Amino acid sequence: MNIVVLVKQVPDTWSERRLRADDSTLDRDAADAVINELDDYAIEEGLRLQEAHGGEVTIVSMGPQKAADAIRKALSMGADKAVHVTDEALRGSDGLVTSAVLASVLGRTGFDLVILGSESTDARMGTLAAMLAERLGVPQMSFASKVETDGSKITIHRQADYGYDTVEGALPAVVSVVEKINEPRYPSFKGIMAAKKKPVETLSLADLGMDASQAGLAASATQVVSFANRPPRAAGTIVTDEGDGGAKAAEFLASRKFI
Amino acid sequence: MAEILVLAEHDGETVKKVTTELLTLARVHGEPSVVWTGDGAEGGRDRLAEFGAAKVYVADSPDYADYVVAPKAELLAHLVTVKAPAAVLIAATSEGREIAGRLAVKTGSGVLTDVIGLAADDAGGLVGEQSIFGGAITVQSRVRTGTPIIAVRPNAVTPVPAAGPAEIEPVQVEIPASAKTARLTGKVVAERGERPELTEASIVVSGGRGLGSGEHFALIEQLADSLGAAVGASRAATDAGWYPHQFQVGQTGKTVSPQLYMAIGISGAIQHRAGMQTSKTIMVVNKDPEAPIFELADFGVVGDLFKVVPQLIEEIGKRAEG
Ligand SMILES: Cc1cc2nc3c(=O)[nH]c(=O)nc-3n(C[C@H](O)[C@H](O)[C@H](O)COP(=O)(O)OP(=O)(O)OC[C@H]3O[C@@H](n4cnc5c(N)ncnc54)[C@H](O)[C@@H]3O)c2cc1C
Ligand SMILES: Nc1ncnc2c1ncn2[C@@H]1O[C@H](COP(=O)(O)O)[C@@H](O)[C@H]1O
Repeated sequence: MNIVVLVKQVPDTWSERRLRADDSTLDRDAADAVINELDDYAIEEGLRLQEAHGGEVTIVSMGPQKAADAIRKALSMGADKAVHVTDEALRGSDGLVTSAVLASVLGRTGFDLVILGSESTDARMGTLAAMLAERLGVPQMSFASKVETDGSKITIHRQADYGYDTVEGALPAVVSVVEKINEPRYPSFKGIMAAKKKPVETLSLADLGMDASQAGLAASATQVVSFANRPPRAAGTIVTDEGDGGAKAAEFLASRKFI
Repeated sequence: MAEILVLAEHDGETVKKVTTELLTLARVHGEPSVVWTGDGAEGGRDRLAEFGAAKVYVADSPDYADYVVAPKAELLAHLVTVKAPAAVLIAATSEGREIAGRLAVKTGSGVLTDVIGLAADDAGGLVGEQSIFGGAITVQSRVRTGTPIIAVRPNAVTPVPAAGPAEIEPVQVEIPASAKTARLTGKVVAERGERPELTEASIVVSGGRGLGSGEHFALIEQLADSLGAAVGASRAATDAGWYPHQFQVGQTGKTVSPQLYMAIGISGAIQHRAGMQTSKTIMVVNKDPEAPIFELADFGVVGDLFKVVPQLIEEIGKRAEG
């Protein structure tokens, strides 16, 4: 099975995340960069499906030079090879543009399964799986908390507010995962050493037959007009429980008409 | 006035609250036409009229419930072409965001997700407000290509009634095979009693590691039920298996924006705050006065939750009687 896992490098939530003053794009240099957490689960699912069905796991990432770190980590978990789309002109791409670029890469690599995280911690759009399924004309198997396939048919549990739905389709398909799906492995020492020798193909926009006018800020259908740091919340009332904490809490709720 | 499409969320005949929020927002910028998929539109009509719907486009076909997301995007794309609306408003639920994503690709339009407010700029274009990085930054964004597709966060807008005719107009759209590739074959509903949905609830009571066990979540449920609230949980609690994963609030869970959020035995890690920081009022019970969640609290009690919460439930009960 030809499995492609999409991996995005994001600023670490623990570090302070900022927007650039000049063009309101994410300041990717300001914060420590890590692999998007849900993508670990996507990689793990790809590796498990490979163990069951054979074939190859290819990592695809679009991002600046330093996204190579995220790719290495994915390879050290056990993926076979990677494609890194990197081009100065890609900076500031919105969801619609990102989906166009990644769909174009997927057209090159081919796939039986594309696996990705259901949401990234920076953009938090949660729309890429749907956009890719639309562009590629394949089944959308998104928000999966469980995946089963026999190599031609695929069934997932699609997580919902009320529990889950079961969804069925035929391969090739796009699958996005939620964190309940598995427990990602840690890279082993051997894995880390092996990753250094695994092939990483680097592609520019030109390699994809696209030009700068089709990507980045210039091509994005949305634009940040302005931004502001949120004012700090006004300090609240803090009381220490002296046997009357619950009663005081109730008083507060009553004063705000919640009870 | 420009027409604005509002995709209704409903279960059969009951219109979800978020749809009344979307109608309230749409009315400020144009004339809202609701898009209703499946049956039950006659039953939902009164409520839509109450919130100012001018029209209700009804696409009554089982396809919308039988296949994942794509048929709804197909329908909206058709309406965008024939009605040329000024914008399309969709609830920023998991499904709503996906519909918005597919619609954006189909129509070559920009999409804004998780919008919490909408304003008009000097040129009459729409500007969406979004709260990002766990509420640390507020951005104003606009769509500059195609028809603005706006996914609005539930509970961000207070619904205000205003009568409208809600004239029903049936629409027929042939859903192509390409939109019927992911078939829904079953639905498994987890036990959650009669509680409101987490992202829609006006009060959310969340429990964290401080509860110490799954059994103790009964206390959180009891408090929630005394207030008609939904129950949420921190990741520490869902990871430990104390509460089902779909109730997790935070960066990798749900984003909630209720009138009142109560954090019980939750420390307030940045990833948790990312999902609840825009709540209007925040109440905290935690025994550690240094817990970062107190920074967000409008009202906080430093104390043992096993003493404070039962007393609170009792007081709420007394007031309900009196
Ligand atoms: C990439 C990433 C994504 C994440 N996503 C999420 C997410 O979506 N949602 C989320 O919640 N977390 C998320 N986390 C985890 C987050 O960092 C915290 O670990 C988690 O929120 C902690 O949960 P907690 O507050 O319940 O537990 P703790 O941090 O252990 O806090 C428990 C609190 O309970 C208090 N307490 C204990 N006993 C009592 C008592 N008897 N009475 C009163 N108070 C008591 C303690 O003082 C303490 O403050 C994520 C982490 C990472 C790295
Ligand atoms: N630039 C990118 N390169 C590769 N994968 C990406 C990229 N952006 C998003 N993804 C994938 O899409 C998922 C959802 O991202 P998003 O739609 O941005 O919330 C992520 O978890 C990644 O798996």
